[in-house]
Amino acid sequence: MCNNCAEHSKYWNAFEDVMGDYTGDSSQLIPILQKLQEAYGYLPQDVIARLSQRTGIFVSQIMGVVTFYSQFRLEPIGKHIVKICFGTACHVIGAENIADAICRELGIELGGTTEDNLFTVESVACIGCCSLAPVIMIDEETHGRLTPDTARGAIRDFRAREGAAV
Amino acid sequence: MRQIIIGLGSCGIAAGGLKAKETLQTLADGANLGLTVGETGCMGMCYAEPMVEVRDEDGQRTIYGGVDETKARAIFESHVMGGTPLADAVILDSAGTGSEENFLDRQVRIVLERCGEINPESIDDAIGMDAYRGLEKALKEMTPQAVIDEVTASGIKGRGGAGFPTGLKWKFAAGNDADQKYIICNADEGDPGAFMDRSILEGDPHSVIEGLAIGGYAMGATKGYIYVRAEYPIAIRRLKIAIQQAEERGFLGENILGSGVEFRLIIKEGAGAFVCGEETALIESIQGNRGMPRIRPPFPAERGLFDKPSNINNVETLANIGWIIRKGAAAFAAYGTETSNGTKVFALAGKVKRGGLVEIPIGMTVNQVVDHIGGGTLSGKPAKAVQMGGPSGGCIPADKMDTVIDYAELAATGAIMGSGGMIVMDEDNCMVDIARYFLQFTQSESCGKCTFCKIGTKRMLEILERITRGEGVEGDVEKLTSLSHQIKKNALCGLGQTAPNPVLTTIQYFGDEYTAHIRDKKCPTCQCKALIQFVIVPDKCIGCTICAKKCPVDAIRGKVKERHVIEQDKCTKCGICKAVCKFDAVVVE
Repeated sequence: MCNNCAEHSKYWNAFEDVMGDYTGDSSQLIPILQKLQEAYGYLPQDVIARLSQRTGIFVSQIMGVVTFYSQFRLEPIGKHIVKICFGTACHVIGAENIADAICRELGIELGGTTEDNLFTVESVACIGCCSLAPVIMIDEETHGRLTPDTARGAIRDFRAREGAAV
Repeated sequence: MRQIIIGLGSCGIAAGGLKAKETLQTLADGANLGLTVGETGCMGMCYAEPMVEVRDEDGQRTIYGGVDETKARAIFESHVMGGTPLADAVILDSAGTGSEENFLDRQVRIVLERCGEINPESIDDAIGMDAYRGLEKALKEMTPQAVIDEVTASGIKGRGGAGFPTGLKWKFAAGNDADQKYIICNADEGDPGAFMDRSILEGDPHSVIEGLAIGGYAMGATKGYIYVRAEYPIAIRRLKIAIQQAEERGFLGENILGSGVEFRLIIKEGAGAFVCGEETALIESIQGNRGMPRIRPPFPAERGLFDKPSNINNVETLANIGWIIRKGAAAFAAYGTETSNGTKVFALAGKVKRGGLVEIPIGMTVNQVVDHIGGGTLSGKPAKAVQMGGPSGGCIPADKMDTVIDYAELAATGAIMGSGGMIVMDEDNCMVDIARYFLQFTQSESCGKCTFCKIGTKRMLEILERITRGEGVEGDVEKLTSLSHQIKKNALCGLGQTAPNPVLTTIQYFGDEYTAHIRDKKCPTCQCKALIQFVIVPDKCIGCTICAKKCPVDAIRGKVKERHVIEQDKCTKCGICKAVCKFDAVVVE
């Protein structure tokens, strides 16, 4: 944590905002973690430590919950998330080739983040748009009926638009 | 005045429904005729999204499919302004005719009665189509026991997969006295390839709320939870709106419809764990813990959430309840077979022409669903198998596709009714790979509590991975079978007990594919990457260079107008060259 006072207090204000809803009931742990992740983008170690102090729930127990559920992240992520659907419908129509094409295009492995911090690529179990298989999502934008080639194109287009916007 | 309605379920939005809505809204505003542009949930025909419906003044309804900006303009011009339906683009009209009439004509809509008909964010729309009439009848005309008797008489079984009789489940929870009881809706739909629950929650959240309130009254639970996947943001948003509206209208609260009965609902968002679909794991998760199943007994009906008597039902089960109470058990039992009543919603997907959400009377055959409703396979090739029940289910081979859809008949094939995933596969799909795929899923979702699931599925996955890499050895199939039976018998919860099903059914029906992989080191469908190579047929290649340009790893050599060659040591078998070749010169062997 930096020593810049304004930054510092802004960092912890977000924590206090979330904890305002806490009533001392341990069944609130998961919703609190969800809100903290929404505020910070991931769950930083110092936030987890403070959560433990505040609630009296052991860090080990919090970490047990955090690592159990796939929604929680312990590492920061890129600016945009590319979700590759690995649902059954997508699998039978070729999700693996889509994933290969995208990972190669970005030069990272599944689950990784590009060096410029622009993209994080992750696999998801099912986006639920099975009739559009194979499907990926770039942030909120869904791309369906892809081939490895058009998947690569979708990433390039997105990057180009991003470049134009900067 | 004509109404324009856009289908905005997740599928519709993904396919570009918002763009269609924006275009039509702009046109409607410009026309300045007081035209309304509304929205509805999933209409079921996901393959035809984005869909737009035009309702004429006389109630005549016309549905258009695949509506992009150009088509939206044409529809507006011709139909909305001119009064003449755009005939070429009509997929279905009020008379039940149109290019897609077969999709709906054999379906029966109980659960999906209002899905795609109402604006899911309008309680008035829902009430206009009889929502909460069942709740009103239960509270004013029936005792809690009479409600349970009615549900029991309907014969409805749990639609989440296990198929336990709902009436009996309610009876158990009602029979345990406590200061607080809970009814929980399991909306943690985790099967990859299944979206029934999401579509119900997005299309008609009130049906689920009504089912929960009736259940709460019947078993004496004053508090209900809806445990819904965080991955379903639209469903969560619409549920929140619906709960608030129901509270305002007195369908939820401390004195429902003046009856003195109290019932409140809380939404809990899941955090991404497949095992939380198991009811005791779900309870642990609501309590803020790791979602690991409990050892039963005690069953939740005795000691469940916060150690109080609790009852857990699936979304689709609950969405049936209002209808059953309103129309009576006999009306419900009129649909179905001797042992299974009512309808079942399926998410039809995979290599099928018309994929979407379908609700059929129990008793239709798998073939009828795939061929008549689904329109056959995407490629026109014969279907090879249908996977039902996701990671807990099995593959039904083509020669058993005349099996009747009913809990017992499906179980006899080794598959299950399941929660409703129905994935069609054609002859290009490798069944060993499908088994590996599902096992990889259950293995990574195993919570790690019991040894048989945690270690057993891991060993099975390792064997399957070896086989698909061409490193299988004699005896692997026997080893898989033996592990499967041990896991089925000894795993703690449903996730583990059913995990081997995809492997067992593929071994049973597609044993020759296992043999080909193990003995001949060949994948008969050319899907397993380690066992195939891409080559260019000299006679067909004209040297257009497109494959070389598109190859992401520069594995293709060749000059313009000369035959190209793929360098096998560089090739990653991504298949782009095959997809882009216009001369079918790239083949897999």
